[in-house]
Amino acid sequence: MSGHVSPVRTYVLIFLALLVGTALTVWAAFQNLGPLNNVVMLTIAVVKASLVVMYFMHVRYSSRLSTMTVLTGIFFLLILFSLTLADYATRGWDFTAGR
Amino acid sequence: MSEMSHGHEPLPGLAHHFDSYDQQRESATLGMWAFIVQEVMFFGGLFVTYMVYRREYAAAFAAGSHHLDVKLGAFNTAVLIASSLTMALAVRGAQLGKKKTLIGFLIATILLGSVFLGVKTVEYSHKWHEHHVPGPHFVFESTGVHGEAIDPHNARIFFSLYFAMTGLHALHMVVGIGILLWLIWQASRNRFTPNNYNYVEGTGLYWHFVDIVWIFLFPLLYLIGRH
Repeated sequence: MSGHVSPVRTYVLIFLALLVGTALTVWAAFQNLGPLNNVVMLTIAVVKASLVVMYFMHVRYSSRLSTMTVLTGIFFLLILFSLTLADYATRGWDFTAGR
Repeated sequence: MSEMSHGHEPLPGLAHHFDSYDQQRESATLGMWAFIVQEVMFFGGLFVTYMVYRREYAAAFAAGSHHLDVKLGAFNTAVLIASSLTMALAVRGAQLGKKKTLIGFLIATILLGSVFLGVKTVEYSHKWHEHHVPGPHFVFESTGVHGEAIDPHNARIFFSLYFAMTGLHALHMVVGIGILLWLIWQASRNRFTPNNYNYVEGTGLYWHFVDIVWIFLFPLLYLIGRH
């Protein structure tokens, strides 16, 4: 009756994984990876956020309707970023006809 | 709860417009997620502003980031992650009907949240004394990470975003601590049962969301241009 009850071990393992991710992102920030620094930083953050959403926020065990609601949020966030970037990232492009 | 629903005896902690505890819990979770998705878009506006300005003033953002304390930021990240663990364990206590476990972990969550806000206060105070708070007394005289000249106006945009984003995040934590205090009071009055701990679960979702915001804020604000 009380929904899915995760074992304590699961929560502790996720906690440790999040700590490792934090240490990894600090370490990576001090390495010169060129443009990859941002990619690595954001990839680690997305993995950490996914662990929190799936296990601490129980989305792994929740209904399809709740999962769809979460995905809708992520989808609209991506629209916000991609359409804004589609403008700012292409401002320097030359669209003159006949080139 | 005085009225009977659909001819059934009323059940403790079940609102009359729900058929079952499961349906009630599902509705509460769905409603909380709808709120959190709205919060995602709310913070999303600030993150998209960060993206646009950092693309424009990358050197000034890196120079500004160098004035933030990585050790304090990393420490606070660990503290907030630990508070998410204690929050998850509080929810688990509520699920199992263990009142002492629930209240104990709620208190631990409040303490860890307070440590985070305390460290944040120390950091803000450093920024204040360094004149890095945007306003009439703002001063930024550092050169860039690669020795290039930095327009203070552009560094000021970094610090404006730093205070707007961490400030809004801290405000969410203050609100969260208030709700946690209310939960302790409710839990002490035996308000939560394994059938209905929806307020605890909902608060947990909120607290974890605030943790996720910080998971992105920490590298984006503290760790750019460090190599």
